[in-house]
Amino acid sequence: MTPEAAIFYLFAVLAVGSAAVVVLARSLIYSAFALLFTFFSVAGLYVILGADFLAASQLLIYVGGILVLLLFGVMLTHKIYELDLRSEVTQFLPGAIIWVGIVAMLLATIMRTRWKVGPGRAPLPTTTEIGLQFMGPWLLPFEAASILLLVALIGAAMIVRRKPGA
Amino acid sequence: MIGIQHYLVVSALLFSLGILGVLTRRNAVNVLMGIELILNSANLNLVAFSRYGAGNLQGQLFAVFVIVIAAAEVAVALAIVLTLYRLRRTPNLDEADVLKG
Repeated sequence: MTPEAAIFYLFAVLAVGSAAVVVLARSLIYSAFALLFTFFSVAGLYVILGADFLAASQLLIYVGGILVLLLFGVMLTHKIYELDLRSEVTQFLPGAIIWVGIVAMLLATIMRTRWKVGPGRAPLPTTTEIGLQFMGPWLLPFEAASILLLVALIGAAMIVRRKPGA
Repeated sequence: MIGIQHYLVVSALLFSLGILGVLTRRNAVNVLMGIELILNSANLNLVAFSRYGAGNLQGQLFAVFVIVIAAAEVAVALAIVLTLYRLRRTPNLDEADVLKG
């Protein structure tokens, strides 16, 4: 087994295992911290795929931003003296049946399809290239995405704001 | 170099676990975690195809947009969950049934 394959399997097992903990853990805090390991391992897979800029963005935005937001959500939707932070599982049997169906369907599709593999991209640094692409042919989607993010954040602040006098 | 199927299998497992989380958890924050898993699996697919495909960076560019959408989505969704908690004193989705006929 090559070192690349060994590292890939390490990150793959870590990602899928911690994702299972996210879904099945009894406590919200366990779920949130397992999600941290999932994000880290997916960033590791990005590194193996030669996407260095995306791996760094994954760590900065998912681990530093989204996970912290989710932890705030956990803390603010429970009374601070409730220490167990339980999260119940409902309709587990139908969910599990659908899960088995989706896994079987996707795995069968992946295994049966003859994937058309192109020349591929050598694992070179991508940051410069991504920046040039965003400032060139992808400028309009880039600006639209930044305006969307601004609108969403202002909207979120407006939704949770306490109405004056209420 | 390992084949592209390996990445697709990992991504499929992450996606299905995310679906399982969305379907079976009662807590709204936990459902959001499932949605994050789904978006991460989509991103993994995009980056894998970018690596093994035609040799350009478009998959990675698209993945950046997915990350932006995920950040916007989680901010708005958490705002809604907090408002729900303030109104109904519960983070559970099945108790938010005011609109049910």
